[in-house]
Amino acid sequence: MGKGVAITGMGIISAIGNNVAENYQALINANKGISRVEKIKTNHANDIMVGEIAYTNANMEAQLKLPKSHNYSRTALLGAIAAKEAVKNAAIKDISQYKTGLVSATSVGGMDMTETYFYDYLNNPEAQKYIDAHHAGDSTQKIAQQLNIEQSLVTTISTACSSAANAIMLGARLIKAGKLDRVIVGGADCLSKFTINGFKTLMILSDTYNTPFDEHRKGLNLGEAAAFLVLESDKVVEAENKTVLAYVKGYGNANDAFHQTASSDHGDGATLAMQQALTVAGYAPGDIDYINAHGTATGNNDLSEGRAIIRVFGDQVPDFSSTKAYTGHTLAAAGAIEAVYSVLALQNNVIYPNLNFNTQMKEFNITPQRTLKEKALKTVLSNSLGFGGNCSTVIFSKDQ
Amino acid sequence: MDALKQELKENLIEQLNLEDMSPEDIANDDMLFGDGLGLDSIDALELIVMLDKNYGIKLTDPKEGRAIFESINTMAAYISEHRSK
Amino acid sequence: MKNVYINSVGSISAQKTFDNAAFLNDITKYHDNVIPAVNPVYKDYISPAAARRMAKGIKMGIVSSKIALNEANLDNVDAIITGTGMGCVRDSEKFVRAIIDNDEQYLTPTPFIQSTHNTVGGQIALELNCKGYNFTYVHSSISFESALMDALLQLQLDEAKNILIGGVDEHGDHTTEIHKIINHIKPEQVGPYNLLNSKTEGAVFGEGANFFVLSNEKSNSSYAKITSVQTYNTLQENALKQQAIAFLKEHDLSTDDIDLLILGNNGDVNFDVFYNTLSEAFSKTPQAYYKHLSGEFNTASSFGFWLASKIIKTQTLPEVVKLNGVQASSYKTVLLYNQYRGENHSFTLLSQC
Repeated sequence: MGKGVAITGMGIISAIGNNVAENYQALINANKGISRVEKIKTNHANDIMVGEIAYTNANMEAQLKLPKSHNYSRTALLGAIAAKEAVKNAAIKDISQYKTGLVSATSVGGMDMTETYFYDYLNNPEAQKYIDAHHAGDSTQKIAQQLNIEQSLVTTISTACSSAANAIMLGARLIKAGKLDRVIVGGADCLSKFTINGFKTLMILSDTYNTPFDEHRKGLNLGEAAAFLVLESDKVVEAENKTVLAYVKGYGNANDAFHQTASSDHGDGATLAMQQALTVAGYAPGDIDYINAHGTATGNNDLSEGRAIIRVFGDQVPDFSSTKAYTGHTLAAAGAIEAVYSVLALQNNVIYPNLNFNTQMKEFNITPQRTLKEKALKTVLSNSLGFGGNCSTVIFSKDQ
Repeated sequence: MDALKQELKENLIEQLNLEDMSPEDIANDDMLFGDGLGLDSIDALELIVMLDKNYGIKLTDPKEGRAIFESINTMAAYISEHRSK
Repeated sequence: MKNVYINSVGSISAQKTFDNAAFLNDITKYHDNVIPAVNPVYKDYISPAAARRMAKGIKMGIVSSKIALNEANLDNVDAIITGTGMGCVRDSEKFVRAIIDNDEQYLTPTPFIQSTHNTVGGQIALELNCKGYNFTYVHSSISFESALMDALLQLQLDEAKNILIGGVDEHGDHTTEIHKIINHIKPEQVGPYNLLNSKTEGAVFGEGANFFVLSNEKSNSSYAKITSVQTYNTLQENALKQQAIAFLKEHDLSTDDIDLLILGNNGDVNFDVFYNTLSEAFSKTPQAYYKHLSGEFNTASSFGFWLASKIIKTQTLPEVVKLNGVQASSYKTVLLYNQYRGENHSFTLLSQC
């Protein structure tokens, strides 16, 4: 044990950019990607705002050079694009040279096609190719195929909004245990009528720009995104003389065991997840330089998470911000896109502003970072908290 | 008003799958949440849909539901005053 | 590395498997191509207040978990790891239908909440008040094996003592209907014992939940030792034998060391060729199959895992699961192989403890 888990490549597509460079530019220029929904026909179009990706499915099909007969859901298309960028960024030429696996995360899977063709499946033979694209593992199988990963460990995690953080955690554990030399980890979720209406029934969608950690926050904006990281063992890094972007230093996963959809008042699960991640990393709370919070801008999440942060960090809460105001809440992909943002923060020594914040929450006195801040960073802690009580924390570091 | 209360009890049992209960088991002033019937925040969301669908009452903030859904009495009073269907 | 044991089982399947004292001595024979799980009395395990919003998948998951915990004599575990191919698919169907039929109006939250894949794992945690590690794997026919792999990793490295793992999937009407249309479900009735001779496309679909307490401490209730599990996203038929040999070799075993091979044949003429290939490679080994009893579903291999556990513990191979006539004096080392539609293959290796 005690082996390092190096991040040697990243790829991302989100509402604020189609690749890593575009995402970073948007982050430091405070350009949010939130707008009215365009690509999905919904009655709620005027009641909600979303973080929608500019590419149409046709754009992505062309980019991936898919044959006309393909049955990729939008989740699979987004995932394939981000995963390919990550592998390219890691300068991998022959993926089978080392034992390489893929751990992806999704909650929507192929639901976009299912909801489009639900009744058509019964009598439209052309639509029926998408029946097999529904289940969550399908997008992962396709991403593996796009990356030429064969005869290997390829699996999918779905733990709601914490899914991709858990994919990173599993990937890191597989490398530490020596099961794999290299693993591509991340997640993908597209927007769908299913999630728009689902979150609508929970009455936690904001009708305007989401405002994380603000006293008057009205709820979340849904977003779509995919992001992947290439994790490699020390052995691969040394043998290939790899440039290391950062290390996965710690991780923790716990369950709130409180409620199906709500977080406990004092963030028990989030507290446990952060504490475990610190323990795995061998860090004290004071070693964390920046927290990329889950910060969905729902009444419940931000209060519960804020209290958990205070429980872990006491009166020494590090700089923190949520980037959900840029991208919306990208559900199963959120942990991966925020991992990319955390690594970019480390590389560039910046803390992103928590956009749209105006009024201090009355329940506590911690305030998110409101403007872009340059600061030497060594460690970033990222939270992802989800339905089913699922709470996860990943710590990224410049130190092995 | 009594008819509305009876109707509410029946709808409550059906909507919230309170399988083992009958309308007679719910008193008009029983607390529906917490120690009473033990309903929770997901039930509250279900009841908000019921208000909209059956009585044309739209709530935008789930917090508004707390006082309205306190008991059958409070629900019936609110519905009589605000219903549009 | 620590040894890992199956310390208890809990099974709800198309057979009456929820009673751990019995072992396939009362077989239900089905003629339909979509076969339902035999329900235990759920109320004996779940309070009516808690059960009222639960989908069948959640109830099956919770009850089989409780059966497993009872047998292991535990109130709680360090982690809960669930595998499910489709989650609570009935609720997913219900919510999609409601969106379309009601034009996005008057939708209620319950079917949406249940549709979240981790709802079974989350509800088990709620029932047990278990704040530990909680993962859900959703990768077709290796969903359960992914959960098993994760648990093994933690237990071998002594990061946990007791872990509850399981596989669960339920039927949904629409899902069934569309899978009939694309011939993933057999068009004609084949009956339980002709499944492998059907020579037609598709499988008989089933549902169920099989949960297990795994531990790195052996107990009086232990069923078997888990040596290894390995999954493959792709595998060519002509590479299967070599891969099996390589997998065994990693554990210093050869094909001759295997006392029983348990295969996931589902009677699909297009894909059973994988099983036939492996069957030939182990022609001197006793072989068993089970999907004529459980039906095919994404986590059907968790029923195979249950079967292997029971065979090793009781040292009996029920007549109904025998695939060939080869006899063995004992069942010490058991290899399981499964795949679905030519993808997501897995080998699982168990031994007597």
